[in-house]
Amino acid sequence: MAYKDEKLVEEKVFKDPVHRYIHVHDKVIWDVIGTREFQRLRRIKQLGTTYLVFHGAEHSRFQHSLGVYEIVRRIIDDGFSGRPEWNDDERLVTLCAALLHDLGHGPFSHAFEKVFNLDHEHFTQRILLGDTEVNAVLRRVGSDFPQKVADVIGKTYPDKLVVSLISSQIDADRMDYLQRDAYYTGVSYGHFDMERILRVMRPTEEQAVIKYSGMHAVEDYIMSRYQMYWQVYFHPVSRSAEVILIKILHRAKYLHENGYVFSHEPVHFRSFFDRTFELEDYIALDESILLTYFQVWMKEEDTIVADLCYRFINRKLFQCAEFDPATEYRKIGELEQLFREAGLDPEYYLLADSSSDLPYDFYRPGEENERIPIYLQMPTGELSELSRSSDIVDAISGKRRTDHKIYFPEDVLLEGKEQNPLYERILHMLKN
Amino acid sequence: MLQEHAKIVQFISMANEVNGRKKLQKMIYIAKKMNFPFAEKYELHMYGPYSEELTLRVEELCEMGFLAEQCVDKGSYVQYSYHVTEEGTSFLETTNTPHDLLTTCIDLLNVKSSRFLELVSTLLYFDHLETDEQIAKVHIVKNKLNFTEDEMTAAFGFIDELPKCSVQ
Repeated sequence: MAYKDEKLVEEKVFKDPVHRYIHVHDKVIWDVIGTREFQRLRRIKQLGTTYLVFHGAEHSRFQHSLGVYEIVRRIIDDGFSGRPEWNDDERLVTLCAALLHDLGHGPFSHAFEKVFNLDHEHFTQRILLGDTEVNAVLRRVGSDFPQKVADVIGKTYPDKLVVSLISSQIDADRMDYLQRDAYYTGVSYGHFDMERILRVMRPTEEQAVIKYSGMHAVEDYIMSRYQMYWQVYFHPVSRSAEVILIKILHRAKYLHENGYVFSHEPVHFRSFFDRTFELEDYIALDESILLTYFQVWMKEEDTIVADLCYRFINRKLFQCAEFDPATEYRKIGELEQLFREAGLDPEYYLLADSSSDLPYDFYRPGEENERIPIYLQMPTGELSELSRSSDIVDAISGKRRTDHKIYFPEDVLLEGKEQNPLYERILHMLKN
Repeated sequence: MLQEHAKIVQFISMANEVNGRKKLQKMIYIAKKMNFPFAEKYELHMYGPYSEELTLRVEELCEMGFLAEQCVDKGSYVQYSYHVTEEGTSFLETTNTPHDLLTTCIDLLNVKSSRFLELVSTLLYFDHLETDEQIAKVHIVKNKLNFTEDEMTAAFGFIDELPKCSVQ
């Protein structure tokens, strides 16, 4: 029997708090899960710094990847299989792409990518196509199979329906992370009736669409996205941790570039500082390694990196103040000047954060054909864009809401204000 | 602070006006490929490189009053055009001046159609591939747009011109 068709003698199941069980019957899927590159995802948290706010949010990209795989498996095996619009020859490539779609994520990936100008999608491609264990497993299916999986994830696969299951405005990725993030953060938003959505999902040539009768389940899903963004993903405390994390990495890079000698040489970072990294350097990184460096750097002579690391490790985060750039942008310049005069480097201690710094794809009904909208399949068989039929979706997809905050070390300012009158002035400006 | 916002306002100010969200997306993408320091992260969407961060940033700038968005009904579709407001111009006075070559780059891009820039940006997205592979990818990603051979030739010709406005 060809490797691509091999089944395990006994189906394997993973217990999962979101989907109850994750079923693996295909030998290829089992072998991919066992590779070192996939196992590495156990050491990358799905929500980065969010665990500093919602203490349960320690779940990993490994769990999420299995969850996405399971949703796609259910869509195909329980929904699409046997329908004329679905080609069952695409089953394995779709399952592999679902399982491996986040393979290139690095430690605290949002911050890490920002500082080092990297792209996890690029690393996903490199791991799939490079000299890796994952590539070796996929190649056993066929010499072109790694490229096919990479094309699905890279959204350049000819079968658009396959791509839409992994990345569209209602895909398995979002359906898993919303529920999983809601479960682990413990919030009550983020829940929706996925079983119902899967039951009413239909394949078409271009994408998966939803039967009109399932509109209310989709409305719930869109509302969940909206709520989770503002309540969890853009939580100001989690953002505070993230801006500190970004500044630690910036400071370490700056020190390295300026010839600073670290008491603990940042071996794992050197190739990223110099932009000479190889794929293996990237795969070798995980969040435990970063946290170990942060622990060590707390004792560095450089007071800025030491302080920022202390803050991150011990959750002594920056405080935030609301900030309206439209009317207060001139104030920023004054504040920066005051910080300098007060002996605080504004580059590291006065930080602005906007909602656009954490991109989140609010549902947008296909503006200028930039993105494919969610389509409802009407009783006549015609397709209708979701917000045309749903008042709820129409209401939230047309509304803009933005948020801007300034982060600063309130603890330092409060403690030192008796000795340094500038601190008092800064506090006054920040709070008014 | 707000440097990334300022770069977008600066860009639109230098262009005087940009007609179309898609056009703005593709112009910034191409400028970024020419090494101008835009921070917005792009991904390949169904219709080419697209940045959610840029979409949000522009929305924020409109809400701040630094950019004005005008919605023009073109019959079968709606087009949004952007220009910098007076407040946006005052905001720019507090920010750094951009690279000299950016004007050349913008002048080169802004006279082109949205469809053309869509093709150029998608080809650039695949610029790590051989020419025939780039073309094949474009046909897969944009199978409905039916780009002609002439358009492909013009796009590659345009890409060859771009280095003159590229930051080294």
